[in-house]
Amino acid sequence: MSLSAPTCIGASVSRIDGPAKVTGAAKYAAEYVAPDLAHGYVVTSRIARGRIRRIDVSRARRVAGVIDVLTHDNRPQMAAQDDAYRDDVAPEGAPFRPLYNDRILFSGQPIAVVLAEDPEAARFAATLLGVDYDEEPHVTDFLGQRDAAVAAPKGAFGPPPARGSVETALEAAPVRHDADYYVPAETHNPMELYATTAIWDADGRLTVYDKTQGVQNAHTYLCGVFGLKPEDLRVMSPYMGGGFGSGLRPQYQVVLAVLAAKALRRPARVVLTRAQMFELGYRPAMIQRISLGADADGTLRAIAHDAVTMTSRYEDFYRQETGWSGLLYACANASYAHRLARLDLPTPCDMRAPSAATGVYALECAMDELAVALNMDPIALRLKNYSERDQHSGDPYSSKNLRACYEQGAEAFGWAGRAPEPRAMRDGDELIGWGMATGVWEALQMSIGVRIVLSANGHAEVSCATSDIGTGTYTIMAQVAADMLGLPLQDISIRLGDSTLPRSPVEGGSWIAASVANGIAATADAIRADVLRLAQGLPHAPLAGAGPDDVELAEGCVVSRADPSRRTPIADALRHARLERIEREHLTEFAAPKLAHNTHSAVFAEVRIDEDLGLIRVTRVVSAVAAGRILNAKTARSQIMGGVVWGVGMALHEETLIDPAFGRIMNANIADYHVPVNADIHDIEVIFVDEPDAEINHLGVKGLGEIGIVGVAAAIANAVYHATGTRVRDLPITLDKLRR
Amino acid sequence: MTQLQTTEVPAAKNPSLAPPDKLAVTLIVNGVEQTLRLAPWTTLLDALRDHLNLTGTKKGCDHGQCGACTVLVEGRRINSCLTFAVMQDGARITTIEGLARNGVLHPLQQAFTDHDAFQCGYCTPGQICSAAGLLAEGKPLTRDEIREAMSGNICRCGAYPNIVAAIEQAMGRT
Ligand code: FES
Ligand code: FES
Repeated sequence: MSLSAPTCIGASVSRIDGPAKVTGAAKYAAEYVAPDLAHGYVVTSRIARGRIRRIDVSRARRVAGVIDVLTHDNRPQMAAQDDAYRDDVAPEGAPFRPLYNDRILFSGQPIAVVLAEDPEAARFAATLLGVDYDEEPHVTDFLGQRDAAVAAPKGAFGPPPARGSVETALEAAPVRHDADYYVPAETHNPMELYATTAIWDADGRLTVYDKTQGVQNAHTYLCGVFGLKPEDLRVMSPYMGGGFGSGLRPQYQVVLAVLAAKALRRPARVVLTRAQMFELGYRPAMIQRISLGADADGTLRAIAHDAVTMTSRYEDFYRQETGWSGLLYACANASYAHRLARLDLPTPCDMRAPSAATGVYALECAMDELAVALNMDPIALRLKNYSERDQHSGDPYSSKNLRACYEQGAEAFGWAGRAPEPRAMRDGDELIGWGMATGVWEALQMSIGVRIVLSANGHAEVSCATSDIGTGTYTIMAQVAADMLGLPLQDISIRLGDSTLPRSPVEGGSWIAASVANGIAATADAIRADVLRLAQGLPHAPLAGAGPDDVELAEGCVVSRADPSRRTPIADALRHARLERIEREHLTEFAAPKLAHNTHSAVFAEVRIDEDLGLIRVTRVVSAVAAGRILNAKTARSQIMGGVVWGVGMALHEETLIDPAFGRIMNANIADYHVPVNADIHDIEVIFVDEPDAEINHLGVKGLGEIGIVGVAAAIANAVYHATGTRVRDLPITLDKLRR
Repeated sequence: MTQLQTTEVPAAKNPSLAPPDKLAVTLIVNGVEQTLRLAPWTTLLDALRDHLNLTGTKKGCDHGQCGACTVLVEGRRINSCLTFAVMQDGARITTIEGLARNGVLHPLQQAFTDHDAFQCGYCTPGQICSAAGLLAEGKPLTRDEIREAMSGNICRCGAYPNIVAAIEQAMGRT
């Protein structure tokens, strides 16, 4: 709250929602109560494809405490058109409709929800359902479908146009590298179980507490599916126990909870089990073929990137894995292909840095292999092909300080001390490997609404329908507002996660921080102009004649920039006008950027591998990130650190295993699906390099949610090669693959 | 095509259709004696969340795999989803709601806030209770031993380095 130089923005501020989270006061979707609450337990299909012939609910209904069993036969009315089920981020296709009809599209599909007075009775009764199916043959074997895969449609996420002549350039290139890289299906596994509590109010309106990354997306969806008037429904998600992309689309429990509330005319809650959450969507498995051609000095001549990814039979989910390869490095010839294998599985969904975590993994492993073939340092190869322009559009960047990431990351890691040959570094029984990779993501922003209510007592309430899925949105919103309104942080309160608040996109793609921060700044501009106008209404106004750009809000006053002694307390300005508060709601739109806009990183990893056992430990990671202006040094570091932990999981642990015989996920629990635990994680150092960006948006903010994971798995895979001399190209790198 | 056989049995003749009878259970939760009537199949976790509305204790798996439900029973950290409430009759239980005293955060709660040892906050009550149990064990711990001893508490947001730093602060190391 000083003059001109922001003091809150960028500072290492502890989360303002911290006290609620460390005391257990923060409430999540399954934790809202109402008298007469009915508890739902979901029953899922055990076959992967076919029809339900009959569901016998008679035994379940006879359990004391069971109120009803909803199936496709007796559920309340739902919309008949696909459009009603197509949410903001739905891919092309016919969205899945929970309990809609007898058709089974995937194993684990919800087919009934048992409603009871307590959760235990519902769970017990759910075991008593008798279900007969007409089973049809299913296909869930991704690798077996590689040749049957069809070209991805040329939609927004289709491969970018090719440039130059890749085949000729590859043939002419003196050094070439071609390989396939495999990434398995992975599952988000946020710690909070997916849940919805739906509660009627006295006027017959429904409030839905849902685990979602987009309350307004869920709101529009539910209005469509149930034919509700927008004003009769409110969707709330003030706290979300992790999403990572799994909550971008409305998940089926929200439909079941509303169905239950409608059927019973009672409040209802549906909580999924961990196993059921594995059917909500996943990062699709993929095979990526990368071909690189280079001159002997490392100059890239050709890049070809082909991907085959899995999707469901009812929707075509795909993201642009291949485009990152042609974007990142200067290269005249680039080509791409993307094919889809349609399987009897639920539709995949976005998962942290969708397309980049995987596409850049393949590219950056291939670059490491090319460096080996060229006998070149991996950083030198990347610098040789460093691009000052977006290679697709030819546009220069609004800012790109990847060079500083390489330099500062290498320095902090001690890269200069690396012996280039594999197996050259060891400590006792352990081989040591050092690897690195580049990361890249987009710097996106979306139109967003913000409301600010500034009270005469010096308090401001800032609201927006965005979510805070753990990213720190509450805190950065308060920081930006504090600086823009010239108030201490503790005098700002934030409301979010409520569909009735000003319009917000879903929280994903790393676009919320940039969007909401600039949205607050723009709304605060309007507030400042209002305050100035009121201040000028005072007798002998010290700011007479000043325009809105001549003043700022600071220290609880509206202050002349030129002469800070000319000022009027905000309280005086409002009171003189007999106002208790002023309120502004503003929709901030962002013009399509004229310049290329990305975030970048350089990731360095050290692995230690027990030579006899093949045990791999990632003992050090340095992640140097260029992402424009950092809004909160503390939470930003945590965001990147979390991304690195995800990268460790991707590299070494995570794999959703599907049994082709039953078409069912075999490790649908978090004992068999491994995510990193505390003992798996050692030193992580995060560096933010300076990257001023006056072009991208007013505040120069780019977003951090995704960039932290990108490149990490490749850096680790490259380190494993450096340690052992064995190149493992299918993730996760488990010890059996090193022993082969 | 497969068919699952179901047999019609009237409820009265099939005891499996009648939920078990409820029993009186006394739990001393955060110093307050609570007597509940609970079915024997109600876990301590569900007793806390659904019957006492102490929702600070979280459910992340219900199978002892994640640690989100960690509470202290007689000062020892346990997964409350892996014990039935009736098995804890008479026991003293501390949940996340019982750690702060007179509005002052427990040193671990303060340290978790200071070190940004969480993001979404869902694993956090379990982490803090687990850390409190660990500190009560009173062993001198290296950083690697803290990591190992805290590995029953998954944090999908990946706050592990900050969790370790927070525990070290609470141990008086920093
Ligand atoms: S809920 Fe008890 S260990 Fe996961
Ligand atoms: S803070 Fe989100 S799971 Fe730990």
